Amino acid sequence: MVHKQAGALALVSALLMSTSAFAQQRVVTWNADYDPIPLAATEALIADFEAANPDIDVQLTNFDHEGYKTSIRNFLTADPPDLANWYAANRMKPFVEAGLFADITDVWDANGLNESLASSILSSTIDGKKYAIPYTYYQWGIYYNRDAYKAAGIEAPGPEGVTWEQFLANCETFKAAGIDCVTTGSSALWPVAGIFDYVSMRTNGYQFHSDLAAGKISWTSPEARAVFAELAKLQPYVTANHAAIDWQDAAAIFVQNKASHYVMGNFAVGVFKEGGMTNDNLGFMVFPEITAGVARAEEAPTDTVHLTAGAKNPEDAKKLLAYIASAEAQTKWNAAVGQLPTNSGATVDPADPFLSAGFASLSTATGGIAQFWDRDAEAEYAKAGMEGFQRFLVQPEALEEILATLEATRLRLYPQ
Amino acid sequence: MAQASDVTMAAPVRPPKRRMNQRTIAPWVFLAPGLFMFVVYVLWPIVQSITLSFYDWNGLYDQDGAFTGTFVGVANYAELMTDPAFEVSLWNNLKWLALYLLALPIGLFIAIFLNQTVTGIRLYKSLFFFPFVISQVVVGLMFAWFYAPNFGLFYLLTEWITGQGTAILADPDLVTYGIIAAGLWPQIAYVMILYLTGLNNVAPDQIEAARLDGAKGWRMLWYVVLPQLRPATFIAVIVTVIGALRSFDLVSIMTSGGPFGSSRILSYYMYEKALSEYGFRMGYGAAIAVVLFAIMMVFISGFIWKMWRDEKER
Repeated sequence: MVHKQAGALALVSALLMSTSAFAQQRVVTWNADYDPIPLAATEALIADFEAANPDIDVQLTNFDHEGYKTSIRNFLTADPPDLANWYAANRMKPFVEAGLFADITDVWDANGLNESLASSILSSTIDGKKYAIPYTYYQWGIYYNRDAYKAAGIEAPGPEGVTWEQFLANCETFKAAGIDCVTTGSSALWPVAGIFDYVSMRTNGYQFHSDLAAGKISWTSPEARAVFAELAKLQPYVTANHAAIDWQDAAAIFVQNKASHYVMGNFAVGVFKEGGMTNDNLGFMVFPEITAGVARAEEAPTDTVHLTAGAKNPEDAKKLLAYIASAEAQTKWNAAVGQLPTNSGATVDPADPFLSAGFASLSTATGGIAQFWDRDAEAEYAKAGMEGFQRFLVQPEALEEILATLEATRLRLYPQ
Repeated sequence: MAQASDVTMAAPVRPPKRRMNQRTIAPWVFLAPGLFMFVVYVLWPIVQSITLSFYDWNGLYDQDGAFTGTFVGVANYAELMTDPAFEVSLWNNLKWLALYLLALPIGLFIAIFLNQTVTGIRLYKSLFFFPFVISQVVVGLMFAWFYAPNFGLFYLLTEWITGQGTAILADPDLVTYGIIAAGLWPQIAYVMILYLTGLNNVAPDQIEAARLDGAKGWRMLWYVVLPQLRPATFIAVIVTVIGALRSFDLVSIMTSGGPFGSSRILSYYMYEKALSEYGFRMGYGAAIAVVLFAIMMVFISGFIWKMWRDEKER
């Protein structure tokens, strides 16, 4: 009884304190779509920010990840928060064009972000104005299974990776040993876009990828055909029936040593490790060079925070944005989540081999950093493309039909 | 007499008018709540969807809440005519319609089989009815696992028989049939229960008479039992056709329209174009919805016309 009373008293006083605190504080509202681990990291970030700015109260509303994609369209007009999570590049374009995201070029200029976030300038800019604060990204590449290499009797590649010919030759050996050389689960389509993007960027370079995603290049052009020709060399070694399984199901195949390579983003490392892999048998390498002399470009999708046009407290929201962009905040947030900071002044935990490898791979990618097919291309075009890639990996003989469909879509969306 | 005629003279002036009012107003008063709901939640959205199908709109309002779409006339419909994905969806819808009707003979067969009195028949009936009770989402998940490559029961079975496992949901030619099979499972149970109740109302004296006349087996079924089951058959056809046309959940759960769009049906394609992550072409989605609505109207009008005719006969 005494305990209960004490508890009730504490509760009442806490309520009183919080209401009195609210009265003095200015509120910044922030809508986000975090999974549990990033959510905890963000709550820590907010706590640090509030400690430094005791007069500001940040109120985070967290949405379910999938539901957020729909709800953001409603809340941006109906009840805009000050800040909202979204993605860089073409993904934010509809909101920028509808005037729902605010121009934050001043935040970039006032905080020296043009230097510290230099690698993300392209993906944060639309028509010369900046609309996003990038705070994290993760590398893509090839994760490989050393145990599968041992089982097939092939020497595992070193950090410099292997040549494309060697890679395909290894695939042949893996196939003979009954091991899938490249696994993927494409029921949600996007994993095949990763494979296609890499073959495309290694064959023709970053600018080709970017122009292709922007609808500037014909699917029946010799360059595009060259990409599919290289993809055709890989096709026989990709897990059969990948169209019916999720990427997590394919991760199970990979973990069980039934597959040797997985073209994936770094977020998959957590899943591989949950499946029992360790730093000893899980390896990372960059995708092999295909056309000699093409500058190496990498995929690193960037997550961003945006100031909404309907923000009620833009001044304090910009303070928070500047804090999110800072090296200190990004180092801490990304260390907690296991991703890479976008701020060049931030540091990465050297004990994590995959983060270090990713950091090295991205900082030496002289060709450029791509966002990913479905963020560089417009939504409808992206989907049509991914269906084509998936179909090619299942029915390579239908190439002409696939290219014709894609070209028709391109001409409809981007009339020449 | 004079007084009486006075009364009758005076009478037509007032009370009949009130009676007229009652007669004309009362039905509308009783209908009002239903009509209100119908107009707001059925008619108005239909009008809105049809209007929207003439616009190109990404679903966003600008900061002042103004509509950002542009009027494009019949461009959405013109695009539908040449859209290969729309063609695939339409064909798949036809497959659904045709194969879903298999639920009728199978449901009838099970109903006749279960229409007997042995101990525990109630339990058997419940077990057969069970698939209809579980959610379509669960049915979809179960069948997705059943078909799953590498560990699914069906995959292992085909692997054991032919040496080469068949992953139905990864095969663009088989995927639609795989999903229809999943949809048939609960639909058969539904039709079965409709026929079971119908069989309860079959007149025993007619059966008796037919038996005396030497009718047996198929002839008995075809000439005596089935005609009496006509109302049940009618309802079963209607719910099956509508079920086939709106079978959105199974496609969504089992394949999301894949592989590369080969299991799309109209309702899912509409969702994909209008509301999914890579969609938000509201006008185009609305145009697909209008086409689906037109197809459904054929069946619904037939249903209403028959009901109306039956009412008049009575």
